[in-house]
Amino acid sequence: MSTPGPALTQPGTARAERGPGPVRVRLSVNGTEHTLDIEPRVSLLDALRERLDLTGAKRGCDQGTCGACTVWVDGRRVLACLTLAMSCEGHEITTVEGLSQDGEPHPMQQAFVEQDAFQCGYCTPGQIMSAVALIAEGHAGDDAEIKEWMSGNICRCAAYPHIRAAIRAVRDQT
Amino acid sequence: MTATIPSAIGQPLDRVDGPAKVSGSARYSAEIPLPAMAYAYVVGSRIAAGRVTGIDTSAALAEEGVLAVLTQQTLPKIAEQPPLVPSLAGTAAPGQTFFPMQDDTVHYAGQPIALVVADTWERAQYAARLLRVSYAETPPVTTLDQGRDLSYEPERIFGGWIPGRIERGNVEAGLREADVRVEGTYTYAANNHNPIEPSCTTAQWDGDNLLLYDATQGVNATQMTVSRLLGVPMSKIRVIGHYAGGSFGCKAMIHAHPTLAAMAARAVGRPVKLVLTREQMFTSVGHREEQEQHLTLGATRDGRLTAIRHHKLSPTSHFDDWAEPSVGVSSQIYACPHYEGVYRLFRANTMTPTFMRAPGEASGMYALECALDELAHELGIDPIELRLRNHTDVDAMTGLPWSSSGLKECYERGAQRFGWAGRDPRPGSRRDGNWLIGTGMATACYPVAPLANPQRARARLYADGTAVVQAATPDFGTGVATVMTQVAADGLGLSVDRCRFENGDTDLPNIAAAVGSAGAGMISAAVHSAATALRSQLIRSAVGDPGSPLHGADPVDVVVRDGVMTAGTASESYSDLLRRTFQPDVEAAGQWNPPAHDIPYATMTFGAQFAEVAVDAELGLVRVRRMTGAFAPGRVLNPKTARSQLMGGMLWGLGQALLEANHMQPDTGRWVNASLGEYLVPVNADAPDVDVELIEVEDDIVNPLGVKGVGEIGQVGAAAAIANAVHHATGRRVRKLPIMIEDLL
Repeated sequence: MSTPGPALTQPGTARAERGPGPVRVRLSVNGTEHTLDIEPRVSLLDALRERLDLTGAKRGCDQGTCGACTVWVDGRRVLACLTLAMSCEGHEITTVEGLSQDGEPHPMQQAFVEQDAFQCGYCTPGQIMSAVALIAEGHAGDDAEIKEWMSGNICRCAAYPHIRAAIRAVRDQT
Repeated sequence: MTATIPSAIGQPLDRVDGPAKVSGSARYSAEIPLPAMAYAYVVGSRIAAGRVTGIDTSAALAEEGVLAVLTQQTLPKIAEQPPLVPSLAGTAAPGQTFFPMQDDTVHYAGQPIALVVADTWERAQYAARLLRVSYAETPPVTTLDQGRDLSYEPERIFGGWIPGRIERGNVEAGLREADVRVEGTYTYAANNHNPIEPSCTTAQWDGDNLLLYDATQGVNATQMTVSRLLGVPMSKIRVIGHYAGGSFGCKAMIHAHPTLAAMAARAVGRPVKLVLTREQMFTSVGHREEQEQHLTLGATRDGRLTAIRHHKLSPTSHFDDWAEPSVGVSSQIYACPHYEGVYRLFRANTMTPTFMRAPGEASGMYALECALDELAHELGIDPIELRLRNHTDVDAMTGLPWSSSGLKECYERGAQRFGWAGRDPRPGSRRDGNWLIGTGMATACYPVAPLANPQRARARLYADGTAVVQAATPDFGTGVATVMTQVAADGLGLSVDRCRFENGDTDLPNIAAAVGSAGAGMISAAVHSAATALRSQLIRSAVGDPGSPLHGADPVDVVVRDGVMTAGTASESYSDLLRRTFQPDVEAAGQWNPPAHDIPYATMTFGAQFAEVAVDAELGLVRVRRMTGAFAPGRVLNPKTARSQLMGGMLWGLGQALLEANHMQPDTGRWVNASLGEYLVPVNADAPDVDVELIEVEDDIVNPLGVKGVGEIGQVGAAAAIANAVHHATGRRVRKLPIMIEDLL
């Protein structure tokens, strides 16, 4: 479950007609500015994966049903497959590649390894982006709450009890 | 194994590929950046039966960035159609004996009829919508009700590996001897694997040489299948698949897309990435077929089985006689003199069904274990006690002893952990507010698959005392790289942090596709063989070398720990030996030849499943509150990763029991709910805490380390335990899967 995010395009910024051919789009991802020439129909997910070679966010369904593409826009979790890249201009995008600090994994990344909270690993970046945001949102109070607010991220390997254990471990550290 | 040395095997080591997976740096097969990459989009047939009468490609070809549109007219013909053989056999393993776009016939909805290749994914996808396809449609046959009267009894099923009929004794006579009879028809919705990573292949030609990055359970299977279909020699095809984002059987056989990707790449002269859409995952990589099973049990008043009759009806494709072997383990695991198992198939407008986690066992054991629960209820015998009365130490079909079992201990320890004792067997006897509470149990069993061909690995030790051990097998979530690092460490006498397992590449030694829960057993056998061969070679070098402190020692007296060879008071490290003799590294190959198929043992993995459900008395909503599973999978290489796989299997049982159904629209022959929004799989809120108990049993027969596998046994019996718990809660016996709210209203 994702919280409703802010309007991604500030009024006025995308008013000028652009497209349908490739247009210049500026994206700030994990603190780095990128300039891309992409068609307006390119999703944030495909901009990340196919243009910026940031393949941490995964494509599982392209329909907003699996959560594998979960990234943050201005700190809030969004589904990158249902977000147009050009609507993210002027916003800060964070992907799983941007979670570690000074080469140290984020405590949630560490907890996922310790709790064996994944098997194939494909949904894992999305789970982790949701899990970190979940604690920040104050939705990790108990297991019932974690279950509910993590249910937008499908793990077909069904590591769910271990995902909850990882979230509890990080919640209780902080 | 050197038993006196502390073992890495059996330790709950964290996954060695964990850091790569949690940081996003692990590269899956659609994540390999190549210069001038093009993107292929598969166009599937809108109709399920008939012919394609024309495809107007002009509008698509006129779109900017479109490089090619391949159809029956322009796609090259395949060189040869290999037969359907399960990929565990280590041969070419097409998912079906039909390759698309060879003629104009449409056999099933979603069958590829065109391939659009463009310079971006968006352009390929958009151009695909501009194709104008005309069809001549005929009425499809897809559902049990449409096919029932067209059914036939196949001679063999499952790629020819399994007979269509299994019998012993005289089932009619056995039923006449019975004091009580339990009979029921069990129906099952079609299921789809739906790993979160859709199947994908990236193909690149370099002259005549083809490089494929493929999401697969076996890179060698991809290599062999594509080689036969394209007529390109094996030596010119390399397949890399380091990671696959889940499979559950849909990447066990090699479906059309890797070959299509290679054809597209050749057509446009650029590397091509082909990723199936989520919707295409329902029509391109096989499925667990819709089915109906009719099960009859006869028993004496004291609960001894006299007869089991187990019949199954299911749709298969126009090309192959495929049914998952649901009728199989029901002939083996209980003492019962009379048995009859029969498959019936009918030709339907679907692709050939395929392996899906616990293929056959998960569905067959649902019927058998629900029927036993019914029998227990009828006779007033505790469900565990009923199973103990029919327990067998030999395979009831062949009379051969189990190579190892542990089943009785699974019942006992599972029951203890779950708190089964003192259960009031009366349905509806427990309530928690508005929730009706019930508990149920079932037996789990999964065959240890017989293997056909040698499995190989290679071990290399460097002069600095670190080692690399290699085998072709990919990782699709099993934890293979982790457990094989442990096996290699013990085999070499090194600590785990000095070993690295390298895998997922056909340039490495051949391993059959890791299917049928056979991966851990066969790969550990090959890795153990390579590692111990290298250790022996190093010990022999040392004792034969006058310059070594170990010179003249008897090799059998030499033990190796942390890379130091010791015999009595003399010792020398691997490193010192290699440096002193100017060897930068040393290698050994290992090969494991699986036991012959006529060994005097039957091989099976056992377990026991327990579940507690709460059913809303008014709404019929079912929530699984807790699950306990006790399993005896031989030796456990890593309890952390093994528990995870077993837990995942049990939660798959939950999905099978309560959620997963792919529905067919009978008039169009199309799947109605081909998305993850409408094909329901367990989400976090569905998944209770799961208690997994590991019961290690020794097995000297199956493979050198006695590993029987954990990939599938976790699912078997889980749905039956849940259904039996639903009956205990409500008194309602639901003989269909999934059990829906409307079944309990």
